[in-house]
Amino acid sequence: MKKVIMGNHAVSYGVRASEVKVISAYPITPQTQVVELLSEMCANGEIDAKFIMVESEHSAMTACVGASAAGARTFTATSAQGLLLMHEILHWAVGARLPIVLANINRAVGPPWSIWTDQNDSLSQRDVGWLQIYCESNQETQDTIIQSFKIAEKIKLPVMIVLDAFFLSHTFEIVDILEAEQVRAFLPPYVADKQVDVTESHSFGNLASPDSYMELRYMIQKAMEDSREVIREVDEEFGKHFGRSYGLVKPYRCEDAETILVTSGTVASTTRAVIDEMRDEGIKIGALKIRVFRPFPFEEVFDVLSKAKKVAVIDRNISFGHHGIFFQEVKSALYGRTDIPIAGYIAGLGGRDVTPTVIREIADKAISDKKPEREINWIGVKE
Amino acid sequence: MFDYLPYIREWNFPHIWCSGCGDGIVLKALIRATDGLGIHRDEAVMVSGIGCSSRTPGYVDVNTLHTTHGRALAFATGVKHASPNLNVIVVTGDGDATAIGGNHYIHAARRNIDITVLLYNNYIYGMTGGQVSPTTRKGDRASTAPFGSIEPPFNISGLAKAAGASFVARGDVYNVKKLEKLIKLAIQKKGFSLLEILSPCPTAWGRRNKMGHPVQLMEWLRDSTVSMEKWEKMTDEEREGKIRTGVLHDVARPEFTDEYAKLVKRLKAEK
Ligand SMILES: Cc1ncc(C[n+]2csc(CCOP(=O)(O)OP(=O)(O)O)c2C)c(N)n1
Ligand code: SF4
Repeated sequence: MKKVIMGNHAVSYGVRASEVKVISAYPITPQTQVVELLSEMCANGEIDAKFIMVESEHSAMTACVGASAAGARTFTATSAQGLLLMHEILHWAVGARLPIVLANINRAVGPPWSIWTDQNDSLSQRDVGWLQIYCESNQETQDTIIQSFKIAEKIKLPVMIVLDAFFLSHTFEIVDILEAEQVRAFLPPYVADKQVDVTESHSFGNLASPDSYMELRYMIQKAMEDSREVIREVDEEFGKHFGRSYGLVKPYRCEDAETILVTSGTVASTTRAVIDEMRDEGIKIGALKIRVFRPFPFEEVFDVLSKAKKVAVIDRNISFGHHGIFFQEVKSALYGRTDIPIAGYIAGLGGRDVTPTVIREIADKAISDKKPEREINWIGVKE
Repeated sequence: MFDYLPYIREWNFPHIWCSGCGDGIVLKALIRATDGLGIHRDEAVMVSGIGCSSRTPGYVDVNTLHTTHGRALAFATGVKHASPNLNVIVVTGDGDATAIGGNHYIHAARRNIDITVLLYNNYIYGMTGGQVSPTTRKGDRASTAPFGSIEPPFNISGLAKAAGASFVARGDVYNVKKLEKLIKLAIQKKGFSLLEILSPCPTAWGRRNKMGHPVQLMEWLRDSTVSMEKWEKMTDEEREGKIRTGVLHDVARPEFTDEYAKLVKRLKAEK
């Protein structure tokens, strides 16, 4: 059934279709509608799930860990400060190999307080071992939630799906809403192979000596590496069922492009509009959206970018003392394999709009700069 | 007419509160109380967490720290410990202090550190649009309890008392003169002073619970609050549905920063 819904509700509908059994969350702007709709769906029986109201995000993630260890398909949603408060338990979910799915609405971190979008909240969690998938439309959001449970349960690692505050979370778009009955063949009920159980006891989270800790970490990395293939397969299978696939990355008019703009999130859609405009002017330019950030799709990124003459990365985030974070990742994907110049552009922090004009400015700069003078360029910073 | 302007950060106005919200009433009572006590603005520090209530310090021209959700008391503990001479006032909400910050709340009370806490109880998470808080009454509707909350609420004053606070009081935004007096007493008291202020939220709580009009909420406060003196004379039956206001608990207990200073002094003397 097609309906016009907000991004946050696309998350809720994805969760409903995935027949989640336990949801635990704490309210925070701009995520709140995700959880409000879910709590209503739980209360009126639309979803057969338990909704656990908790007193903080730390407790929300912890309750998810408990529920997931007990064998339940588990979901939570949060944003910014809430995600940061979960940090300790985000690590825990990975080490315990629990397939929890979390939706994070990208919001700038305080102080100063801001409720508007940027990616520093989720990207500051990049090394905890969660998969991260960035969405740009409400349809993609709903579909990615459903895909995420399948991916997470196959590889036994948690998945974070990420969407921009307001530009996506509060924007209404047409979504083909999937019902649980339609999804069941694609995503059967979750069966944990080890769980907290009354008939067979296991020890979870026990002490690991230096003798075994490293092997367990190696296994997580191995699962991450293998997950690239799993994501591809799940995406393809989703496509067979529902006619929509998204890829790990999404190239746009890149085949003969001399310059390629690399983006993520909602900036990707705006960028494609700018690409069309510039193509009409005869400029050979393309765009590459990075959808899956962890595991980083090195091969896909390399394949697309290695044919270009110049690469420009737009980052709605900053790793202080280094660079934009997508820039670093893209650079490492190209390192030692090409000598294409690559420049980084920081734009849109704290919700500042990344308009077509801003993207055009970046594109023009990327084309005209002979060699990137500095690899990092701040766009639109006031004197 | 009392002149509020010298205490106000005009540049931060208009304020964020909905019309009919009680939080502005507390702000004015707080300004009058501190003025009455003759507290110099450089000696006062107001610390808050996050929430509609926690916006209060943003409007007051003293040293202010607007911190993270739930952590105001932890920040304030640091401030007070570093500079025990400062007059530290924490402004917080029921969610901020007793949900996400519940741990800090009981431990600050247990230590009896000399901090004044103005805890606005509006029975809901106001700022995020009306989710259940630990003080939402059983049966009340909230955005996360569309069919009524099934959880029993905290008695936040009782909690502070049980944890060790030396001063516990309750006021409300209808009985404003009394509120001003209670704020003064709470600030003057050495030790952990908790003043619970009933400031019901018309927008996120009232509307869902058949009290959407601010006047209805004021009438509810008028009719359900009773003074301690009156309370003592009431039968259990008469107490049903009534809320005590006034000083609920006032004892002398060693204060944390004093005890710490004493320890340092003793250890230095022994050297
Ligand atoms: C770590 C974290 N989680 C969640 C939030 C979102 N949040 C902001 S205010 C608030 C609740 C406020 O309720 P309360 O403390 O009762 O204050 P009120 O707005 O009702 O005055 C929440 C959940 C946040 N800012 N930080
Ligand atoms: S939401 Fe409620 S508590 Fe917040 S400003 Fe409005 S009336 Fe006051």
